[in-house]
Amino acid sequence: MTDGSRPRSFYVLAAFFTLFALFLWGPLFAIVALSFQGPDGGLVFPMNGLSLHWFRVLWSGQGSVDISGAFFRSFRLALVVMVLTVVISVMAGLAFRHRFPGAMLLLYVAIASLIVPSIVVSLGIGLEFRLIDGWIKTWPFDWVQRSFVTLLGTFTSGLGAHLTWTLPFGLLIMFAVFNRFNPAYEEAARDLGASRWQTFRFVTLPIIAPFLIGVAVFGFTLSWDELARSSQVMGSSNTLPMQLAALTTTVTTPEIYALATVTTGASLALVAILLGIAWVLRRRQGRG
Amino acid sequence: MERVHRGVTNAVNTGAGRAARPARTRRNPFAGTGGALALALPMWLVFALFFLLPLAVTVIVSFWEFTQYSIEPAFILRNYADLFDGCLEDLPYLCTTLKTYLSTLKFCFLVWLTTLILGFTIAYFLAFHVRTLPMQVTLFLICTIPFWTSIVIRMIAWIPLLGRNGLVNQALIGMGVTDAPLEWLLYSDFSVILALTHLYALFMVVPIYNSMMRIDPALIEAAVDSGASGLQTLTNVIVPLAKPGIIIGSIFVVTIVMGDFLTIGIMGGQQIASVGKRIQTEIQYLQFPIAAANAVMLLVAVMLAISALLRMVDIRKEL
Repeated sequence: MTDGSRPRSFYVLAAFFTLFALFLWGPLFAIVALSFQGPDGGLVFPMNGLSLHWFRVLWSGQGSVDISGAFFRSFRLALVVMVLTVVISVMAGLAFRHRFPGAMLLLYVAIASLIVPSIVVSLGIGLEFRLIDGWIKTWPFDWVQRSFVTLLGTFTSGLGAHLTWTLPFGLLIMFAVFNRFNPAYEEAARDLGASRWQTFRFVTLPIIAPFLIGVAVFGFTLSWDELARSSQVMGSSNTLPMQLAALTTTVTTPEIYALATVTTGASLALVAILLGIAWVLRRRQGRG
Repeated sequence: MERVHRGVTNAVNTGAGRAARPARTRRNPFAGTGGALALALPMWLVFALFFLLPLAVTVIVSFWEFTQYSIEPAFILRNYADLFDGCLEDLPYLCTTLKTYLSTLKFCFLVWLTTLILGFTIAYFLAFHVRTLPMQVTLFLICTIPFWTSIVIRMIAWIPLLGRNGLVNQALIGMGVTDAPLEWLLYSDFSVILALTHLYALFMVVPIYNSMMRIDPALIEAAVDSGASGLQTLTNVIVPLAKPGIIIGSIFVVTIVMGDFLTIGIMGGQQIASVGKRIQTEIQYLQFPIAAANAVMLLVAVMLAISALLRMVDIRKEL
């Protein structure tokens, strides 16, 4: 650890890493900086004044952007996706600790769901719901004829599409967790008479909890930023990334940079909070 | 042993009804095929409803007829025939479909190359040159945090840098490298490749880093002791052992770029063709059966690429 002599390749690679970090972070710094311009600011450097003007425009909803609907819709969706991803992944992770018929098939399906192009999944779900809509409209009920429009929506097809994207990540993380899991603790609990549920609730769950935060982070951020799979399945209401993508072609003021700064801040804040919880959980484990 | 456990179980477990239940001989709380099946059921349901069924529907609809307003059940091959209309007759000139696929493959290859070079070098640095774990975690977080932000934002973030009056052009003109601003920096093949590399480089770094961390340092020492040069160690020891990570990362990047329509759309100024963008356009014009046929073709192309890559590695071992 302490021998000071580094090979020359270290310095070359360290420089390379610095450039890579600059490549990753530079553009983000640029738009965050530009979002704090004065009222006369444009889309490029140099910065024209320094103010919170564009955040005020964004906040008041008077500019070209009305984003609050999409913002909170995306937030609610991401929260639901996060919870479902954690619950379903943990259940499946527990299942995969044993042999069960179709286990390999489920794994392959999960991996396939990860690598099949999102546009194909999105089109498929869109078509599926269109066909179901058509079928429902043939029902001979009055209320169907009068008021049924579509099943496509944020929390039906949209939720499903996001889960096909987050669950494979959740499952793979659970594999990694249970591969390193020592079953002796559970055996001890069982030997002391704990029921299945008690064993899970008071032994297994506390041990895997910090990793579940990781699954939650993945679930939330993947849904919050998801765009490709959302494109055909959200029905009449857009999510935040869809709204943002549409704005790239219409908005020509730094308002879009202000929006980018707010969105980035929101997702980073949530990740920081979740990781903070994970850190606290691990510390408590270390003490206990 | 079992009997002793049973006694303990009954003595400790005072809950009504529970004590009466025969103690289980299995050790694990969720033992049993039935239990495992039930636990896997929610995941099966999601994938069945929102992945397998939609894929089946896509394949079925690709054989349907369509009018301006509706799609009609049928079994016709016209959608596929339309896709490749004139492709044979026009040779050696390429028809639109083949051009689109070639253009998509070109982006796949170039982005794969750039992300592989970047990903391998960064992973190599993190795994073999950074000596303490806290430092590794810190540098790793520096690489990861930008990936928690929206992909649209990471795309538009290039505009102030690459635009006609952007930072790069200002700098180049200021240094006297060029007189007029370079036009090919934004809304071009270059900006598409740059943005895709920016978006997905981490998908290479993580699996390759993961593979490299499993390499036994003794193997590298042995290579050095046997007189291998740095380069020989790299090509004969590290690259072969990091191959699973390289392949997993490659699968990610190649499949993402193959189906991409957003990055090529936004960073290409909506002017560059790709298979995904074509599907999106067909959907916008409500030509669902043609879009479905195109999607099936894309799926076949992706599956071919993956099966070739996957044959070289057992993913489950890598976790």
